[in-house]
Amino acid sequence: MSNVLIVVEQHAGTVKKASLAAIGAGRELAARVGGELHLALLGQGIAAPAEALRAYGATVHVADHPALAHGLAEAAAPVLAAIARASGAGWVGGAATSSGKDVLPRAAALLEAGMATEVLAFAGEGAAVLFRRPMWAGNVVADVEISTAVKAFTIRPTEFAAAGPAVAPGALVQVAVGVDAAALKTRFVAFAEVKSERPELTEARVVVSGGRGTKGDFKPVEALADALKGAVGASRAAVDAGWVPNDWQVGQTGKVVAPELYVAAGISGAIQHLAGMKGAKVIVAVNKDPEAPIFAVADYGLVADLTKALPELTAKVKAGG
Amino acid sequence: MALKILVTAKRVEDPESKIRVKPDGSGIVTDGVNYKLNPFDEIAVEEALRLKEAHGGEVVVASIGGDKSQTELRAALAMGADRGVLLRHDGALDPVVVSALLAKLVEQEKPDLVLLGKQSIDDDQNQVGQYLAARLGWPQATFASKTDSLESEAEQKKQPGVKLAADGKALTVVREVDGGLETLELSLPAVITCDLRLNKPRFASLPGIMKAKKKELKDVPAASLGVELAPRVVVKALAEPPKRKGGVKVADVEELFRKLRDEAKVL
Repeated sequence: MSNVLIVVEQHAGTVKKASLAAIGAGRELAARVGGELHLALLGQGIAAPAEALRAYGATVHVADHPALAHGLAEAAAPVLAAIARASGAGWVGGAATSSGKDVLPRAAALLEAGMATEVLAFAGEGAAVLFRRPMWAGNVVADVEISTAVKAFTIRPTEFAAAGPAVAPGALVQVAVGVDAAALKTRFVAFAEVKSERPELTEARVVVSGGRGTKGDFKPVEALADALKGAVGASRAAVDAGWVPNDWQVGQTGKVVAPELYVAAGISGAIQHLAGMKGAKVIVAVNKDPEAPIFAVADYGLVADLTKALPELTAKVKAGG
Repeated sequence: MALKILVTAKRVEDPESKIRVKPDGSGIVTDGVNYKLNPFDEIAVEEALRLKEAHGGEVVVASIGGDKSQTELRAALAMGADRGVLLRHDGALDPVVVSALLAKLVEQEKPDLVLLGKQSIDDDQNQVGQYLAARLGWPQATFASKTDSLESEAEQKKQPGVKLAADGKALTVVREVDGGLETLELSLPAVITCDLRLNKPRFASLPGIMKAKKKELKDVPAASLGVELAPRVVVKALAEPPKRKGGVKVADVEELFRKLRDEAKVL
């Protein structure tokens, strides 16, 4: 049982970028354990992304059913577990998105599989593969061994390169879904989506984040992000205050980002926030307080009022310098 | 419409304490480290109390650990929980074992709802609630939050974020997910894991702390529950992540712009 099954997510017919990283991780793991890679796609009306997934050369197991339309864990987990058994998977994983974190542990329990959340890397080969993952808000990195017959995991998408297409397309397998939607004890009511023209936080090359120091006015933050064609992030304080949507939070329990450039404006730099952005290539901190902890991780620190400094920087960026 | 609620209270390292790895990588240095109730569990306890205050019922708080975990149980009792249960176990745990123990406790206590923090801030695994729900065959709602902000009147009035249906048989839960807020309805009994913005936990009052001393705190050996206690997810080695090199302070925006463009080349 050394096959690897990766559950893939799609949104509005397109495979999520985070899942491409998960496929990349799955390929690497399959090579380490000497098994085949299989992919699973669950949802409703997903024929197009399922067909697109064949390009990765792995068998794609598609479960297309109304009960799976909203990704409810109660419906998805048993289907995923069934696909894992059918594909002889000893390793079952996916991206550590909110959906992955919701569904995979439930599927793992059904498979009696121990699980490692938010894997950064694999180490070793064969049955002895270890999962490297962050603990204590990323202050510690642990190598974890799982002793159950089936092992489950989620990967941190920023730590794995997206898979590229394979030479020959993979097969497509339609999975018969036996879920009785009427018997489900979970009912989808609504999804209030935060729509944006900007790139997705976890995929953006540049992220500009605002914190308490914005005093609620994110316009300077957004203007700089837009000038750099980047995404806008936020500290927990800004989201708690209701200034920006929860979807913008960067941190230990928010989004983890690893852009080329991260600008932290009016953010003090609490441990929990650093956990979400210290993987950025270049970190800039703009803060009125010279003692703010953020300056300890910043490559470039500017002690200044962000309401003046950010517009000044935005103007220079736009002017091309 | 009374609800019997089981809620977890894990003892974890205080995030303000500096976490250092021992030189041999076998564990973290515990000297000088302070401990507290897992912040996400504290939110779960608060939500349990609000539901009880709104609908009546009982809040039973459980922890798995040694003697010292009694501190976190007493803290939850001081906030207002009715009874505590310590599942006594001094060895290493993992989500497989914890969820199995909690499932046994659920069999005994028969709650309508289990509330847990979405993750504990030591292992950050974010699995126990989901595992438990699967073991019980109960519906789950993870990352529970609410649409009212923490500055709102509803929050000041300590209204529950999780809403009980008029017939008392279902709960409506708002979840923080990638891309926004999702609303689900769960039939009871159910498992809910709690996220940051579900509520602001209350401070225990002095009368609350005094009352807590007299509340029941049962001490049950974990080994007596018929669960395999050996962890299946084992930490083999710990290390500190590579530290970032220190940076520089720039004098003004002009210098910052030039360095980003010419030195870092990220513009």
